[in-house]
Amino acid sequence: MVEVMNETDTYLANFELLERKLAGNSPPWINRIRKAAISRFSERGFPTTRDEEWKFTSVAPLLRIPFRPVGGYEVDGLTPSQLRRFTFGELDCIRLVFVNGRFSDELSSVRPMPSGTKIGSIAAALDSHREWIEPHLASNSGCQDHPFVALNTAFLEDGAFVYLPAGKVVEQPIHLLFVSTSSEEATVSHPRNLIVVGDNSQVAIVESYVGLDEGAYFTNAVTQIVAGRNAVIDHYKLQQESMEAFHIATLAVHQDRSSNFTSHSISLGGALVRNDVNARLDAEGAECTLNGLYMAAGQQLIDNHTRIDHAKPHCASHEFYKGILDGNARGVFNGKIYVHPDAQKTDAKQTNKTLLLSPTATINTKPQLEIFADDVKCTHGATVGQLDEDAIFYLRSRGIGQKDARNLLTYAFANDIVSRIKIPPIRAYVEEALLAGRKLSEVQEVREAL
Amino acid sequence: MLEVKYLHAKVGDKEILRGIDLQVNAGEVHAIMGPNGSGKSTLAQVLAGREAYEVTAGEVLYDGKDLLEMEPEERAREGVFLAFQYPVEIPGVGNTYFLKAAVNALRKHRGLEELGAKEFLILVKEKMKLLEMGQDLLNRSVNDGFSGGEKKRNEIFQMAMLDPKLAILDETDSGLDIDALKIVANGVNALRSKDRAIIVVTHYQRLLNYIVPDYVHVLFNGRIVKSGGKELALELEAKGYAGIEEQPELALTMNS
Repeated sequence: MVEVMNETDTYLANFELLERKLAGNSPPWINRIRKAAISRFSERGFPTTRDEEWKFTSVAPLLRIPFRPVGGYEVDGLTPSQLRRFTFGELDCIRLVFVNGRFSDELSSVRPMPSGTKIGSIAAALDSHREWIEPHLASNSGCQDHPFVALNTAFLEDGAFVYLPAGKVVEQPIHLLFVSTSSEEATVSHPRNLIVVGDNSQVAIVESYVGLDEGAYFTNAVTQIVAGRNAVIDHYKLQQESMEAFHIATLAVHQDRSSNFTSHSISLGGALVRNDVNARLDAEGAECTLNGLYMAAGQQLIDNHTRIDHAKPHCASHEFYKGILDGNARGVFNGKIYVHPDAQKTDAKQTNKTLLLSPTATINTKPQLEIFADDVKCTHGATVGQLDEDAIFYLRSRGIGQKDARNLLTYAFANDIVSRIKIPPIRAYVEEALLAGRKLSEVQEVREAL
Repeated sequence: MLEVKYLHAKVGDKEILRGIDLQVNAGEVHAIMGPNGSGKSTLAQVLAGREAYEVTAGEVLYDGKDLLEMEPEERAREGVFLAFQYPVEIPGVGNTYFLKAAVNALRKHRGLEELGAKEFLILVKEKMKLLEMGQDLLNRSVNDGFSGGEKKRNEIFQMAMLDPKLAILDETDSGLDIDALKIVANGVNALRSKDRAIIVVTHYQRLLNYIVPDYVHVLFNGRIVKSGGKELALELEAKGYAGIEEQPELALTMNS
């Protein structure tokens, strides 16, 4: 009888292959970080639904597929025109394109940057920017316990590296486009992004994850953001993987004094999706806003876990997540707000609203407030509901068909989050994605006409 | 235009309409009056196609067609309009988008070309003058955060935009101060025409000083118990509904 390898072993075996492949071509310090990560992963193993953090999301379907790590950079004849639908029209931006996790020089558009600023592939920066990269990768932004972060670190090969020195305002958004192409075998990529924003600097980062064709693949991404004092960062993540894809991603943010971080997380694709957003407000006056919108249908599962650590006094966090679930889709929202003993005068507000469009769609929503300071303001609210029948009747009584009325109200529900997107071409793109097939494409036209 | 025959309707187990007979012709304005709970709003909602009410007997013919067979949106497209007693707030749906979608749904049904943004705006501006409405209401979500008066005005504004053949105004006067009442009434009067029928449902006679009806019907306990000309409204104002409630036998004579 052939012995069946368990799922963890598959990844351990792949790690050995990676080590052999990299032999000598990778700095020893990064090899140490990889090795430490794989041993953490090996001890920890994949999560099960017995883990509190994975109670409603079973990764069993992910483990049934033996994903193959992508060998090297394969552009597969990809041309800029194939990417056009993911580039937000004429958005003026700096764009780094990654194909199956590997940086593509020819598809990217990076412009010359003043000295001290670095925007490019992390693989290319390992030697030149070790002093900036090593401590952050080694710390994992406090996500050591997350098995997929460990896995990502172990298989770390490429991703984006953005380094802004103090006092630097980047006018154009930086777009990180992660494209997965289908292949015979299901593949896995582990993009690792590190964004370090110096004191008083400002930047908008847009991460998008897209599947070029249908097909199963696995994206296991980690993005670390370090916000210096007074830094202002606007972060967007658009998840539009193929409908058979697996997407597991962690965004870890560390905020210094009076920094301001805003995240917009839009999740539309993927068969099994898990987004972790962890923000640590680590000095007085820091403020963070987490907006989220997820839309799932069919058999999709989209899980959003957020954790905000109020570590110091006088910090504010605002969190607003909305979900729309149709068919047999399942959604999970878990919003943890952890107020440390020192963090007096914390102001934290969390809201989660879910719209269930079908009787078989399900949501598990859980606010989790852990408060160890006594002079704080923390509120949370969760609602789960259906479309308002009175509103549907009102629209129908004006001649609008039932289906259109439902679509219009669904769009209106989502629009609350979409309207918070500050970059107009991205807002238009998300609107378009939501309206696709909903015959409501005139919204923009009417809005502009007035 | 509208023939209501022996109409019975219930919500849950409660029978609310218990045999309504009513005929409304083009060009006429009918007022339906009655105390609270008499079934006035139910009648309005049933005519608009509200699914919460179950029609248990009787029929309604609209231009000779079976109105009760039609979906609410079909009725609207065929020219039936209900001005809601409590207009629904729809946050996130722009008033302008909503109106344009409605106008074009009706035009499409009538075989007319859909209005472009520009022509639509010309129409909007013309009709807004009628109701003395501010442009800002257009840029807001449907009825969202509107005052009571603004909501009612918005209903009549929609009526002007949709140009119905049969308009049913459900307590359009309730909650309006006298100035707002005059504006709304002027709007409705401007829309009176020989091709259009209007049914005004109201609890109080006050509105009828401004929208003078051709016929007045008194609804009590799910039946029309008395019909007459506009003077009937004044009589009710003077005597109140008490007089009607005391003579249930009247219902029998009226309906037989």
